[in-house]
Amino acid sequence: MKHIKTINGASLTNSGECQTVAK
Amino acid sequence: MQDKLIHKYKMYGSNIVLDVNSGAVHVFDDLSFEVLDYYGKSTTQDILDKLSVKFNKDEILESISEIDELVNAGQLFTEDKYKEYIPLWTNNRVIKALCLHISHDCNLRCGYCFAATGNFGGERTMMSPEIGKKAIDFLIRESGSRRNLEIDFFGGEPLMNFDSVKEIVSYAKEKEKEYNKKFKFTITTNALLLNEEKRNYINENMNNVVLSIDGRPEVNDRMRFRVDGTGTYKDILPHILDMAESRNQDNYYVRGTFTRNNLDFSNDVLHLADLGFKQVSVEPVVAAKDTGYDIREEDLPVLYDQYEKLAHEYVKREKDGKGFNFFHFMIDLGQGPCVSKRLGGCGSGHEYVAVTPEGDIYPCHQFVGMKEFKMGNVNETEVNRSIQKNFSSCNVYSKEECSECWAKFYCSGGCAANAFQFNGTINKPYKIGCSLEKKRVECAVWIQTQL
Repeated sequence: MKHIKTINGASLTNSGECQTVAK
Repeated sequence: MQDKLIHKYKMYGSNIVLDVNSGAVHVFDDLSFEVLDYYGKSTTQDILDKLSVKFNKDEILESISEIDELVNAGQLFTEDKYKEYIPLWTNNRVIKALCLHISHDCNLRCGYCFAATGNFGGERTMMSPEIGKKAIDFLIRESGSRRNLEIDFFGGEPLMNFDSVKEIVSYAKEKEKEYNKKFKFTITTNALLLNEEKRNYINENMNNVVLSIDGRPEVNDRMRFRVDGTGTYKDILPHILDMAESRNQDNYYVRGTFTRNNLDFSNDVLHLADLGFKQVSVEPVVAAKDTGYDIREEDLPVLYDQYEKLAHEYVKREKDGKGFNFFHFMIDLGQGPCVSKRLGGCGSGHEYVAVTPEGDIYPCHQFVGMKEFKMGNVNETEVNRSIQKNFSSCNVYSKEECSECWAKFYCSGGCAANAFQFNGTINKPYKIGCSLEKKRVECAVWIQTQL
C-alpha cells in the first residue's frame, strides 16, 4: 500500500491458566 | 457509531489508526488520515470535492481504495462481536490466585500508603504459618481443575515475617505433586531488610519480586520514610541494585509511585533506568482529594506530556541499545490474551482474592478492611458467592463508560478498587485512571510503530 502502513493485523480477531492485560 | 469503531490520533508526526474490534494498527499518511474522516459518511464524489483543493484526485481515489481493502480484510471498521464471550468469563467460579497479607506491619510510614502505613486500619499483626497453610489448602480446594496457581506475599512488609513466608512456600511445594498443581510465587518488599540470605532464598523460590523505590532521592524520601521520619533511598538502593543484578535484570520490577509533588515523573523513570534497572514501573498515586498529593483533572495535560516525552526517550534508548521495559508501555499487539480475559481484567473478587493475617478473605488487597466486602475466612468452608458473582459479572460491557471506550480491550475495565473508592461502585470506572490509561495505550502503540 502506498498511503497506509499496517503495523500489525487483526490481533484481537486472532486471539484461566494465564498469569493474574495488554499461544 | 462508525467513529466508535476506530481510534485515530497523531503523535510525533505519525497518524495512527487503531481498529478497536480487530486490534489492527495502521499508520496513515496525511491524505488518507483526512479521507478517513469522510469515509463511509460521504460519497466518493463528495470526498473528492472536499479534499481535491488540498490533494491530487488520483491519490485521493487510491487512498479510498486502500481503505476499502482494509475494511474488506477485517482490519478497519470491524464490528464488535465479543459480547457472546462474556459467559466464558462470568461462569468462571474458581479461585486461582491469592494475595497473602503475610504482615500487617511495616518498618516504613510511607505518606501515600493505601494500607494505612501497613496495618490496613486494624491491628499490627503477622500471618502465622498455620493460617498461611490453611490459605494454601483453601486455594487448592477452590481452584478446581486449574493447574497454575499463584501466591503473592504482600504487606505491610513481608520481610518482617520471612520465616512464615518460607514455611508457607515449603508447604505449597509439598502439595504440588499430590494435587497436580504448579505454584508461582511473588514477593513485594520495600527492600530495607534485604540481605544476602533473603536475596538468595527469593531468587531460588520467587518467580517475581517487586522492589519499591520512587525514583530520584528527594522524590523517594519525601514519601517513603521510616517511623522516625528519615528517608530510605540511600539504604535501599544498594539492596535493590544487588537484587536486580542477581536476577540478571529479569523477573523483577522496581516499582515507584508518583504524586502531585512530582508531576515530572518521567525524570524518575529515567533516573531508575540510568541506575541500570531494566524493569521499571512508576505509577500514578490513587488518593483522596483531601490529601494534597492526589492527581487532579487539571494535572492531566502535564502528565500526558510526560508520558509522550518518556515514550520518545524510550524509543531513542531502545534504538541506541540502552533500552529498558516500562510496565505501562508493555503491549502485545501480536496476539495477547484471549477475548474472555480481555473482557474481565484482573479477576479480583472471583479468581483472585486477598487473605489477611487472621485468614479473612477479601476481593483484593485494596478491599482489605472494608467489612462489607469480607468474603469469608480460610478456617471456614464457604465463600460468599454473591460477592464473587458481583465481581465476576463486572466486565467491559457491564460498565457504560467502558463499553463505548476504544481502549477497553487493552485496559479491560480498570481497577475495581479504584472504581469503588471514587464512585462507590465497582461498575463505574475511576475517571482520571481512565484518562491516564488511554494516554499510556496511545504511547505504547506509538512505540510499536517506531521499533
